[in-house]
Amino acid sequence: MNRLRNRSIPFSLKIFSAIILFLLTFFISLKVGVAQLSVKEVFLALFTNHSSEQILIVREIRLPRELAAIFVGAALATSGAIMQGMTRNPLADPGIFGLTAGANAALAITIAFIPSLNYFGTMVSCIIGATLGAFLVFGISVMKKGGFSPFKIVLAGSAISAFLFAIAEGVAIYFKISKDVSMWTAGGMIGTTWKQLVVIVPFIIIGLIVSMFFSRHLTILSLNEEVAIGLGQKIMQIKVILFVVITILTGASVALVGNLAFIGLMVPHIVRAIVGTDYRFILPMCTIAGAMFMLLADTVARTINAPFETPVAAIVSIIGLPFFLFIVHKGGKSFT
Amino acid sequence: MIPKNLIHKQRRILLLLTIIIVTTCIISLGLGYSSLSYGRLIPTLLGEGTFKEEFVLYSIRLPRMVITILAGMALALSGAILQSITRNNLADPGILGINSGAGVAVSLYFLFFPIEANSFIYMIPLIAFLGAILTAIMIYMLSYNKVIGMQPIRMVLTGVGFSLAFSGLMIVLISSAEQTKVDFIAKWIAGNIWGTDWPFVLAILPWLVILIPLTFYRTKRLDLMSLSEPVAIGIGLNIKRERKIMLFVSVALAASAVSVTGGISFIGLLSPHIAKALVGPRNQLFIPIAMLMGGWLLLLADTIGRNIADPNGVPAGIIVALIGAPYFIYLLLRDDS
Repeated sequence: MNRLRNRSIPFSLKIFSAIILFLLTFFISLKVGVAQLSVKEVFLALFTNHSSEQILIVREIRLPRELAAIFVGAALATSGAIMQGMTRNPLADPGIFGLTAGANAALAITIAFIPSLNYFGTMVSCIIGATLGAFLVFGISVMKKGGFSPFKIVLAGSAISAFLFAIAEGVAIYFKISKDVSMWTAGGMIGTTWKQLVVIVPFIIIGLIVSMFFSRHLTILSLNEEVAIGLGQKIMQIKVILFVVITILTGASVALVGNLAFIGLMVPHIVRAIVGTDYRFILPMCTIAGAMFMLLADTVARTINAPFETPVAAIVSIIGLPFFLFIVHKGGKSFT
Repeated sequence: MIPKNLIHKQRRILLLLTIIIVTTCIISLGLGYSSLSYGRLIPTLLGEGTFKEEFVLYSIRLPRMVITILAGMALALSGAILQSITRNNLADPGILGINSGAGVAVSLYFLFFPIEANSFIYMIPLIAFLGAILTAIMIYMLSYNKVIGMQPIRMVLTGVGFSLAFSGLMIVLISSAEQTKVDFIAKWIAGNIWGTDWPFVLAILPWLVILIPLTFYRTKRLDLMSLSEPVAIGIGLNIKRERKIMLFVSVALAASAVSVTGGISFIGLLSPHIAKALVGPRNQLFIPIAMLMGGWLLLLADTIGRNIADPNGVPAGIIVALIGAPYFIYLLLRDDS
């Protein structure tokens, strides 16, 4: 049925219109803000070497920030989609599966013990932390014969998150760095610089490209493990690769903007409603939709209470909770 | 109906736990700053200590211990009830969003209301309690279905969602505050036993005095509910009503504990489990053990946390999570249902 409906509008058209929409959002987010800029100034900033105060605002403050939003949104949404496909769990999300908590714990430990560490080092430690958190949750569900039900994975994830957050808080309180750590985890995109972007964005891009290459395998994997084996997939190998991709994407995002739950959960679900259940379509669409979503959230965060910033995590949480509840409601039966 | 030897076993375990708790109290008294030397303990108790010794014992150490033990008991009882009514051995009051709801309420109050020196400290338990109850009600309403009534699993999932959203909100609240306030809130969330004066005992004791007998009166119904829904209904239990009442009891207990200790999870999960492993799943047998176990665990965590780092220590909630989470994972792996 889905197939028929989707055929009416070809995927290329859908992705094309998504890109147009995305570019439009990008442009608007550059223009709107405390310092109101004209369309012309934004153009000059993007495509020429002119410089004036207004243009510098775009180039040095707004552009890096919005680029951060784009890449983080894309990374989180894509890794959420991969997780949902891999685990066949509609509630999978980097925040629920312990990745964010792991990255957080690593961040706190890094700030406490090696305060002088540079940006690259911090990001690597975040990725290691995310890997550890994911390993704990996934590893445990793999160890169990036959895997976990979606419900139990959520429980395991929330327990591991509690554990890792306890470590983060403990370290933060012991070393009296609560404020520093919370500044980082709540900071959102505020004050992102070109320097940070240069370090982190390549990782995200590599992660996204690799994930596109494996989207075909992910589709098969998302059907059924037996089917995947029957079709001649090297399941273990693919799972490991996808796992690495997830941790890199999430770790890099946490290093860049801190905690953002729910994006990885919401965007894939919305996207699935548009392009169906084939991950070859879902993943690219998620990348664009995630980027767009973050851009919008950040623009709202900047403007809703101007000239003060509303943290973007608050906006995402407020939109995310009803969505989560909706999914729980819709899929009520599959969780038992 | 209960085999004699099982009852004897339960009594023995209860006695043993009481001895362990008293021993832990005594050891804890001699540790850390403002401690009391072991030799002076009995004279001080008999009223022959110096002013300083009496002050340390009666105004600093004793109230803290009493509160810790009571809060541990309340959390354990709350968890035990929750596990029985949801028929899920992995349910914990923290999962109901109680900790996060109380946390948000306290942060909001702390940040946005003028702080008056006299009333402030007594307002916090009240605010935390309100926050916890409100959150629980919201979760309950959102997981209620007109046709099938309350679905335990949906409730847990909704609770997880709320916890996530609230912790996001909390981060936001914290990040906008001043350093000193941040430190207080961060510690509160992490489960620092902070209400350490006799008046705070009053914030939690009435709940226990009312709700413990109520629970014991209903242990047989809890037994039925922890079987299966058709069985319980077939035997003539009004399961929807019963579930509502017990859920409220559970929430009230956990909220009262959280209001004086801050966010502490896992106690309500761990202690009923250990108790069930010792004496089996009969509610009237395992609940008393679970309560003492909860009291002891929290006392132990607080003692460790206080002495592990100077001068302020590490919040008990963190120690509990560090011990509790691995155990929880072990349970997940073992659980076959």
